[in-house]
Amino acid sequence: MKIVVLVKEVPDTYEARKLDSSGMLARTASELVPDEINERALESALRYQDAHKGTEVVVLSMGPESTVKTLRKMLSMGADSAVLVEDSSLAGADLVRTSAVLAAAVQREGFDLIVAGNESTDGRGGLVPAMVAEHLGLPLLPSLDTLEITAESVSGSCAIDGGTLVVNAALPAVVSVTERSAEARFPNFKGIMKAKKKPLAKISLADLGLSPEPGARSTVTAAVERPVRAAGTKIVDEGQAAQELADFLAANRLI
Amino acid sequence: MANILALIETTSTGGLKSSAAGLIGAAAQLGTPVAVLAATPGAGAASVAELGRLGAAKVYIAEGDGVGRVLTRPQLEALAGAVEAHGPAAVLVSNSNESRGVAGRLAVRVGGAVAAEAVGVRADGGRIIAVHSVFGGDYTTESTIEGGLPIITLRPGSIEERAEAAIPEVSTVTLVLAAGPAANIVELREAPAETGRPALRGAAKVVSGGRGLGAKDNFALVEQLADALGAAVGASRAAVDAGFVPQSHQVGQTGVAVSPQLYVALGISGAIQHRAGMQTSKTIVAINKDEDAPIFEVADFGIVGDVFTVVPQLVEAIKARQLAAV
Ligand SMILES: Cc1cc2nc3c(=O)[nH]c(=O)nc-3n(C[C@H](O)[C@H](O)[C@H](O)COP(=O)(O)OP(=O)(O)OC[C@H]3O[C@@H](n4cnc5c(N)ncnc54)[C@H](O)[C@@H]3O)c2cc1C
Ligand SMILES: Nc1ncnc2c1ncn2[C@@H]1O[C@H](COP(=O)(O)O)[C@@H](O)[C@H]1O
Repeated sequence: MKIVVLVKEVPDTYEARKLDSSGMLARTASELVPDEINERALESALRYQDAHKGTEVVVLSMGPESTVKTLRKMLSMGADSAVLVEDSSLAGADLVRTSAVLAAAVQREGFDLIVAGNESTDGRGGLVPAMVAEHLGLPLLPSLDTLEITAESVSGSCAIDGGTLVVNAALPAVVSVTERSAEARFPNFKGIMKAKKKPLAKISLADLGLSPEPGARSTVTAAVERPVRAAGTKIVDEGQAAQELADFLAANRLI
Repeated sequence: MANILALIETTSTGGLKSSAAGLIGAAAQLGTPVAVLAATPGAGAASVAELGRLGAAKVYIAEGDGVGRVLTRPQLEALAGAVEAHGPAAVLVSNSNESRGVAGRLAVRVGGAVAAEAVGVRADGGRIIAVHSVFGGDYTTESTIEGGLPIITLRPGSIEERAEAAIPEVSTVTLVLAAGPAANIVELREAPAETGRPALRGAAKVVSGGRGLGAKDNFALVEQLADALGAAVGASRAAVDAGFVPQSHQVGQTGVAVSPQLYVALGISGAIQHRAGMQTSKTIVAINKDEDAPIFEVADFGIVGDVFTVVPQLVEAIKARQLAAV
């Protein structure tokens, strides 16, 4: 079994994140890290590998050169090899473009199963996995809280408005996982040392046979920062606080 | 006016999901709303009156056996058929776990482009603009689509505009799913019906509890205050992870983003990822033992105190006022 995990590098959600005036991510404003959801996606693949020797796990990302750091972390967690699609003409690529590039790259790599995050913490679009699946003519099991992988199939459960869907598909297939899925392991010292020697291939658009001009695309036309919120009253409870809060709510017509 | 398609989400019994009103409402901001529905054979007609009441000028129904058994593809084929039949200026889809994949696939299929997780839409001359709330409300951005069909996914519960009722023109086609790889729906487990409380998305008041509640049974305190205020119940990720409440109640970066008149945070530290889902609330109240908890940085009214002492007193104080007002 060969599992390709799609990994995106994102600004750390533990810090304030910034856009520049053109609405593009200000890459220097915050530290860039593997998206937490992609560590969980990798964990799902590694758990299958732990139980089934001979499973190959590849992490794949489209991003700038700096993404190497994210891929090395994934290698130190236990992935076997990494692929980075890096091309200056991909800066600011939208969802359509990103998914076309990722689909071409996974096809070149070969796979039985593709595991992605349900949505990225910087974009929150949650559309790339479905678009990659459409390019490849494959089924997608989206937003899985639980995931079971067998040699022939994948299955799991997905929360929807009004309940939970239990879904399955034969391999090859694409799945995306949520933050309710497998909690990621920490890389250990041995893993970090081994990661330095694992293969990390960098490929360009030309390697994928893709042209640099995008077709239909979405572009940001405006970006406005919200004014900072000021702190208000803070009181220490000495038995009177509940009454004062009730007064505050009443004065603001909230009760 | 140009046709604007809205993909309608349905329940297992064929009823309309609550997202329908906002989808049709948003479509009416841009042109003539066309509701697109995938239904089991013979089941589509039952929804027409309701779709008309919500403002659909036209209803495109694709009926076939795959609906409810195969994931995504029936809705994708319905939408692709409607694109051909109605030549729309834009397509609107709910950004929900079940529907957004349809939007992504349609974009690839018809050579369109997607504006994802919009919280508003408007027409600007010949262009269609999608409005987005980015990084937990830190930024508001606008985007437009060039060179292809605009496909816009809408954040559930974010559209307040409603369309005027109409008497829809209906067309019904047969949905045929080509053989091929598919994701199958094995089972739908219906969630137990919610108690009389308002839904978290779009609620005017929200009371959320965090890890500070300490145990599942103690979460009743959050519910008691919510009921006294007529509020929806929310939670931090830590409270969800601890099993105090189901994930659908999670507020934040990876949960629901809320923007109510009143947000009350009980025993929540106010991690940046939690604030990302509630910092645009009109009024924020926080009760926390730790005077340095970051939640106080965004609170209009903060109490440094124990939720187990303050909340019961607060519930009593609110009830007393409500009685006095009668
Ligand atoms: C990628 C990513 C996404 C995330 N998404 C989300 C998200 O969507 N939503 C979210 O909430 N978190 C999210 N988190 C997690 C977030 O970082 C925090 O871990 C989480 O919000 C903490 O929840 P909490 O405030 O309930 O718990 P804690 O941080 O443990 O805080 C508990 C608070 O309760 C107070 N307390 C304890 N006992 C009492 C008492 N008796 N009375 C009063 N106060 C008391 C304590 O002083 C403390 O401040 C995300 C994290 C990551 C990395
Ligand atoms: N540039 C990228 N490189 C690799 N994987 C990506 C990229 N963008 C998105 N993905 C994958 O798609 C998932 C959902 O992303 P999104 O659709 O952007 O919310 C992510 O969690 C990744 O698994």
